[in-house]
Amino acid sequence: MLAESIVIIGVNHKTAPVAVREKLAFSGDCAGPLLTLMNIEGCQECCFLSTCNRVEVIFVASDPAAAAVAVRGFLFAKSGLADAEAQQYSYLYQGMDAVDHLYHVATSLDSMVVGEPQILGQLKQAYREALEQKTTGVILNRLLHKSFSVAKRVRTETNIGGSAVSISYAAVQLAKKILGNLQDKSVLLVGAGEMAELAAEHLVRQGIGRVIVANRTLERAVKLAQRFNGTAVGLAELTTQLAEVDILVSSTGATDLILTKDQVKPLMRQRKNRPLFLIDIAVPRDLDPELNDLDNVYLYDIDDLKNGVDVNKAEREQEALRAEGIVAEEVVKFGQWLEGMDLAPIITAIRQKANGIREAEVAKTLATLKSLSENERRSVELLANAIVNKLLHEPMVFLKNNAPHDNPQLKLAFVRQLFGLDKESSDQ
Amino acid sequence: MTLFFQLTLYLYLLATAVYVVHFLSQHKQVRAVARAILLAGGILHTVYFVVRYVAAGHTPLTSSHEAVSFFAWSMTWAFLSFWWRYRVKNFGVFVSPLISLLMLIAAFSSQEMAPLPPALRSNWLPVHASIAIMANGFLALAFCGGVMYLLQEREIKKKKFGIFYSRLPSLEALDNLNQHCLALGFLLLTLGIITGSVWAKQAWGAYWQWDPKETWSLITWLIYAAILHQRLTMGWRRRRAAIMAIVGFAAVLFTLWGVTYLLGGVHSYVG
Repeated sequence: MLAESIVIIGVNHKTAPVAVREKLAFSGDCAGPLLTLMNIEGCQECCFLSTCNRVEVIFVASDPAAAAVAVRGFLFAKSGLADAEAQQYSYLYQGMDAVDHLYHVATSLDSMVVGEPQILGQLKQAYREALEQKTTGVILNRLLHKSFSVAKRVRTETNIGGSAVSISYAAVQLAKKILGNLQDKSVLLVGAGEMAELAAEHLVRQGIGRVIVANRTLERAVKLAQRFNGTAVGLAELTTQLAEVDILVSSTGATDLILTKDQVKPLMRQRKNRPLFLIDIAVPRDLDPELNDLDNVYLYDIDDLKNGVDVNKAEREQEALRAEGIVAEEVVKFGQWLEGMDLAPIITAIRQKANGIREAEVAKTLATLKSLSENERRSVELLANAIVNKLLHEPMVFLKNNAPHDNPQLKLAFVRQLFGLDKESSDQ
Repeated sequence: MTLFFQLTLYLYLLATAVYVVHFLSQHKQVRAVARAILLAGGILHTVYFVVRYVAAGHTPLTSSHEAVSFFAWSMTWAFLSFWWRYRVKNFGVFVSPLISLLMLIAAFSSQEMAPLPPALRSNWLPVHASIAIMANGFLALAFCGGVMYLLQEREIKKKKFGIFYSRLPSLEALDNLNQHCLALGFLLLTLGIITGSVWAKQAWGAYWQWDPKETWSLITWLIYAAILHQRLTMGWRRRRAAIMAIVGFAAVLFTLWGVTYLLGGVHSYVG
């Protein structure tokens, strides 16, 4: 079956803790991973998605079982985990389950915070990179395009995005619980990535007083700071700035901790114990987990934040349920398309066979009737054509339209027998 | 007269129960009902004082029953007064049980009206006693704020969002509440000690005579003075301030009861 060749292998916030996910974090563009994946034997199409909550490989392979082992090996290459452990931390979906999972991802139903809008953009970006590297084909092109339209449908037909609960939103709620009114507070963004930008956007919308951006490259910091009417500083000024601000959002791509307990401890005295809310949205982590032990310091990493939202829980669950319904419906539709895909080669074969017979018979007849005018010859051709088409019409309709209780595979086998398709191919 | 007291007590207990219901259900109408009941209790409590004043012929702040009852009264009105300019989410569910508890203690103390000893016959009695007890009212609110702070902080720090996270106000608001109540309570406490000292000079000829109650008031005053001083200079805010508000309140309670029952002295209540 064609469907069974579609596989998704991945790791997300549900299956693996930050500590494991950060070990396999991929940074930079997807070109490298995509090319490595395409070199796996039997891998026909692939797409590679890496966000701070998940790393997933969506691929189509002729021998899915063998390719899956190789793909998992690639994912966990840097982690040093054995395949048995890797299996425990990752998930594998095949066939229609894979389609179902991808739709869940695209619609954010699989996200840490259901309804968050970032994931769709991230998936689109992943697809764009796959297109650039030409690693997708008929099936993935269709599947990914469908997943985007399903996400759009869910967004317009349900209200799961309405309560706008993304991770950054959860962080803002917490900031308010810790700091009260945000108007006279300030935030320091360390790292000028997409997530930092989102967090800042939320904070600015909630009326945060001041935004300061610190980045390795000052240029990028200046650019982001301008967007929020803030100031830009170099990374070297981190601790100086930390004595002043109330919130720190860290999202650098650094591989080591950028802030430790010993660095912050003396600062708290300097701050006269004004509370400090530290948000670590980086993978791997930027901030020392022990920072949370300091008095009046509150450290949250991405995994912690998902518990932070409890707004309209019942309503959101209701909307999520409706979204699930849409996804289930769309998965069935895609399944039908896939079955049609299996049908296509049969239809082509039938047509080829019929056209071959028609052409041969017309040529034979015309060879004996040399006295016919040009117009009469065309009439004979049209006649043969019409007979073939009319004869094939009903079988084609029968093939393409599946009544609810039909067994498509059985039908296909019957048609192959009826037109002698299998015999012919074995003769050749 | 006892009827007024009993009714007040029941109203406070009912208000507490309704506040608990509101805390769990978070229906706005329930909170309005709880506040109305508490307000009715506060008004009836005031009536009870006036009636008792008329019956006794002097300010009814001389027996243990009267002092504790007035303590509850000042907590109620301090809390209700917050409604005007300073709203703290779900504060009532923490304050009303303490008010009820004080009223229960008052209910089990002797409610007899004893004649006023000559030493206490002075215009300073209402001034000194009411200010000193009202100070306790605000310090009790600071205690409630401190407890709320620690509960809320615990959930945020441990990242386990239970019953309090969504219901309690922000840490900032609780810290402000703490500061507000401490400042007012400390001011009244200072005034209470000064008026007491002036009265002592008139009654006994000395401003200060190291009576146990005086000593413990001074200790309490020093604790609160330290809290406020450290807060302003060293940044003893937030968590530490919340803990200190609880410690300070323990000193208040000891000054109120411990001294009377354990140490005696001129302040010992008549009843």
